[in-house]
Amino acid sequence: MAEEVKRKPYVRPVTSEWIFRHPRYIRYMVREFSCLFIGAWTLLMVWGLKQLAQGPQAWAAFLELLQHPVSIAFHLAALAFAVYHSVTWFNLTPKALPVQRGEAFVPDGAISGAHFAVWAVLSLAVLFLAGAF
Amino acid sequence: MSTRALELEVLRYNPESDREPRFQRYAIECPEEWVVLDALNHVKESVDPTLSYRWSCHMAVCGSCGMMINGEPKLACKAFLRDYAGVIRVEPLAHFPVERDLVTVIDDFMAKLARVRPYLMPKHAKAIEAGEYRQTPAELARFKRYSMCINCMLCYAACPEYALIPKYVGPAAIALAHRWNQDSRDGGRDARQQEIAATEGAWECSFVGACSEVCPEHVDPAGAIQQVKIRSTVDWYTQHLMPWLKK
Repeated sequence: MAEEVKRKPYVRPVTSEWIFRHPRYIRYMVREFSCLFIGAWTLLMVWGLKQLAQGPQAWAAFLELLQHPVSIAFHLAALAFAVYHSVTWFNLTPKALPVQRGEAFVPDGAISGAHFAVWAVLSLAVLFLAGAF
Repeated sequence: MSTRALELEVLRYNPESDREPRFQRYAIECPEEWVVLDALNHVKESVDPTLSYRWSCHMAVCGSCGMMINGEPKLACKAFLRDYAGVIRVEPLAHFPVERDLVTVIDDFMAKLARVRPYLMPKHAKAIEAGEYRQTPAELARFKRYSMCINCMLCYAACPEYALIPKYVGPAAIALAHRWNQDSRDGGRDARQQEIAATEGAWECSFVGACSEVCPEHVDPAGAIQQVKIRSTVDWYTQHLMPWLKK
């Protein structure tokens, strides 16, 4: 009779090294990290709304603050993260929303493309309402 | 046939004598056309018979030889040596306890797989004499992709959520539950939702998408999990806002 082998499974520790195991994990973490900038920008807008409610002087001070180089740098970073976040999410939409026609599926590009088109139209509408044209 | 001098760095662990795993190097001469599994077989046959690992079909069908090759989950039978330069590091599948060398303990996945009931629970049960449950090609296309899963668990080794939250039901099990939920013959969705629509089910997923990238059968578990989330959300709104509507 064969000798019985004692079991002693070894659990390898989980460290944060997984982030650097493959570029896909870094891309994912950047996408997650982007929410901090988008969140901060939203808070800034809420604060701006408060300044607007307090009167013309407070509003003018807020607008002046926005022109500070740090503010411009922050806005550029927030815009870059917002674009990265939106593009990576829209590229994933065909996985979440597959559309079947008969035996075939609508091509991925058509589904993500529709999202990009709606995004462009809504952005133009917002710019129009803001008087950019 | 050209040959190449190959160095393999293999994680070794003997539960009876080792406190923790260690790496061991094997230098062999082998044909350039080989896959990593061929090299492991050569080591076991000619160099070190104590090396343990799982394998069976050698043709990417059985799902037994999943391991980490240079840090990436791969089927050893599908990992061609020509795609790797230098020393090739071979480790057991990440996120599973190591039984011995490259053999992992897969009990957790097997239990989760059973929990999601990955089998036909007929909508309208009928006697065997009444014949088969027929389907149109379009009805088959709805789930075919998810039925290609070979339970190799590469997706679990790629998933950081599973590493951090071991209770997470995980990609393959949810994809297989979705496969049956999408099946026109099946009526078991409510039973499966108990597992996959729960916190430890689809909602633990933050859509890293690694599972779909490493899947050797292109099952796209990440897609299946997002579809489960959407359908579960519709369920919740239907139940709470329009309770008079029956699912």
